[in-house]
Parts: sequence; structure tokens; C-alpha cells
Amino acid sequence: MNSEKKPLLAPGHTACAGCGQAIAARLVVDAAGPNTIIANSTGCLEVFTTKYPESAWEIPWIHSLFENSAAVASGIEAALRYLGKKETINVIAQGGDGGSADIGLQAISGMLERGQDILYVCYDNEAYMNTGVQRSGLTPFNSNTSTSPAGSVSYGNIRPKKPMPEIALAHGIPYVATATVAFVPDLQRKVKKALSIRGPKYIQVHVPCPLGWRHGPELTLEIAKAAVETGLYPIIEYENGSLIGVRKITPRPVEDYLKSQGRFRHLFKNPEEIKKIQDIANNNIQKYGLAAANQPSQ
Amino acid sequence: MFGPLIAKPGSSRKNKTGSWRIESRPKFLKKDCIACRMCVVICPEGCISGKEKNTFDCDLAFCKGCGNCAYICPKKDIEMVSEEPEAATKNKKE
Repeated sequence: MNSEKKPLLAPGHTACAGCGQAIAARLVVDAAGPNTIIANSTGCLEVFTTKYPESAWEIPWIHSLFENSAAVASGIEAALRYLGKKETINVIAQGGDGGSADIGLQAISGMLERGQDILYVCYDNEAYMNTGVQRSGLTPFNSNTSTSPAGSVSYGNIRPKKPMPEIALAHGIPYVATATVAFVPDLQRKVKKALSIRGPKYIQVHVPCPLGWRHGPELTLEIAKAAVETGLYPIIEYENGSLIGVRKITPRPVEDYLKSQGRFRHLFKNPEEIKKIQDIANNNIQKYGLAAANQPSQ
Repeated sequence: MFGPLIAKPGSSRKNKTGSWRIESRPKFLKKDCIACRMCVVICPEGCISGKEKNTFDCDLAFCKGCGNCAYICPKKDIEMVSEEPEAATKNKKE
């Protein structure tokens, strides 16, 4: 990491205090370096970094619509290829979980299927935070959002998280990984590795949202770490279709992750619902072999 | 006329978001620092800088007081202290 280089995401952006996405976006762009063009979906990241008439980005950056960052990036990549400049310039398309898993999925699928040399980064804060915490396809099970409210007839979001990394993987692309703001060197290594591979790449970064998850701004990294260590957010890496690495954990009970977040507070009156979330974590631990060798899985 | 809106790179620096701090701000104790740079890396504002051990500090003109630097510091060399009224006013004037 070139520590003395100017950060490529400038301060003065208008993210909330403790925003996980602001941390991750700067880490990604700093890992990618100055020879990068970014196409950004609509969402928190677009709004807080480019409050009219300013921009926090120090590199070429374009926003068009909610659904088309992957399509815009495809055009940029094609133009660079035509100009013979693709070898020296990275193209990144990025968006939030709504812009990636719901609204922009078709454009992403097209980009992956066409085999274009683009890195797609999904910043997963698990709901539409920009518009007031509405549920998205990546909202976890039993999370309380404004469109999946917990109350007398439900415990929040009734559906499990959409398996976006697997959906990207099913396109037969060379590189798919998940990462988190809690493990910085791992995130930056994955961005650099992805950019060194030719073809479409997909990285999904888990980014806590103090506003939407209702936790203190100082807990961003602690909560991101707990998500991984409980098994609820597996950190995995696929190259050419094979699982080449997972972050091993000594599994902690899911309560460690749920307890400090307002969006899960209602579950603590209903232990059987927490049990269901523990089952999701256990499935992840088994599916990806997350448990460290000397630790029995829960 | 509607054309693309083009903004100058890094022009967000004119927003002095330090005025957002309401409760506390980080105090860099500069005693046990090992220059691991974790605070620099994880600051959501990117407003912490420093080179050698015990030289790291944050730009209070931008710091929103989230407290993640104090959480991540392995040496507990950053602590969150109560926002002094005069510091808050000074930032607003800038």
C-alpha cells in the first residue's frame, strides 16, 4: 500500500459519521490506484460523494442511473479497448446492494456474460439506506426495515439473503469474492488481485450502516467483524469457479452480532427466531468450511 | 440546456464536516503509537494523517467524531474526549 499517496476519495463528503461504505469505498479506490475510471449506481455512495456541485472523487467518476452502472462501465471499457488504452486503465462499476442485487442485476448479468474486463464492487449494507431503510434482496432474514417491519404478524424480513456471489459465479467469471471493512488488508488484496485478472470480476463488501442498522457510529468495525466471526457473513474467494480461500473463524454465537443493532432488537424477546439465525450461520459454516481446524463447528 | 454536470475532483473539501461533531472528538495521545496506520486506513473521512510514530493526528475540520479510530487503535493511544465548546465553534467559523 502506498501510504503517502493522496487518498482518492477526499474528505468533506456527506456520509453519516461512522459510515462503513465511506470506509470501504476509499479502501477500494486507493487499492485500485489513480488509473481508474468508476461508474457508480445511484445510492448512498453516489449521493454522499457528489453533493452538487462538488465531488469527493479524485479520479474520473460517472453516475447515470440506478440500474446501469455495469452498462455504463461496459461502454467505457469498450471505448478504452477501441482506443488501445485498456491495458493501463482499470474500470470499476460499483453500487449498493439494491443497485446491485435488485435494480441493476440485469445490467450486471449482461456485463458478466459479455466477458468484459470490469470489476464490479457491491457495497452491501443490506437495505436501501439512501431512501429510508427499505428492504432489498440482500437484507438478511428477520431484519426490521421500513418495508419489512417487525410487529405482531412478522419478525421483520421473511426472506433469506439473495446469494449474489453464487449468482455472479454462475456466469462462469474468473473471480468472485466477498470482503468486509473489518479486514482491510484482505479487502485491498482482493481488489488488487481482481484488477490483475482479465475479464469480469465481482466483489461484495459488507459495510455496516449506523443509520439503517441502528447502532452507534463507533461500532462500525466491531459489528462488521462480528458478522464474519459468527458465520453470518462468510468471507470467501473463488477463482475460475473453484473456492480457493475462506476466512477461518472460531464461531461466536450470533447474539454477539445481533445484540448491538436496533434492526434485530425485537428478536431478543423471541429466542426461537434467534435460533433460526443461528441455523443460517451454522449452514454457512458447514457449506464453506469456515470453522478453524481445531474448533468444532456449532 | 441540460448537459453532463462536471465537478472538480476533490472539491468536496470545501465542506467542513467537522461542524457535525456533537459529542466527542478523538484525542491522539501520541505516547504508545507504533505507526501501524490502522486509524488512517479506517477513518471514514480519510482525514487522519501522520508519518512517524506518535505523529498521527486528525483534521478536526472534517472529523465527524464517529470514534472508529479509537476502537481500532491496538495501543489504545487514541481516546474519545468530550467536545469542547470552543473547538466546535472554531470549526464552524473556518
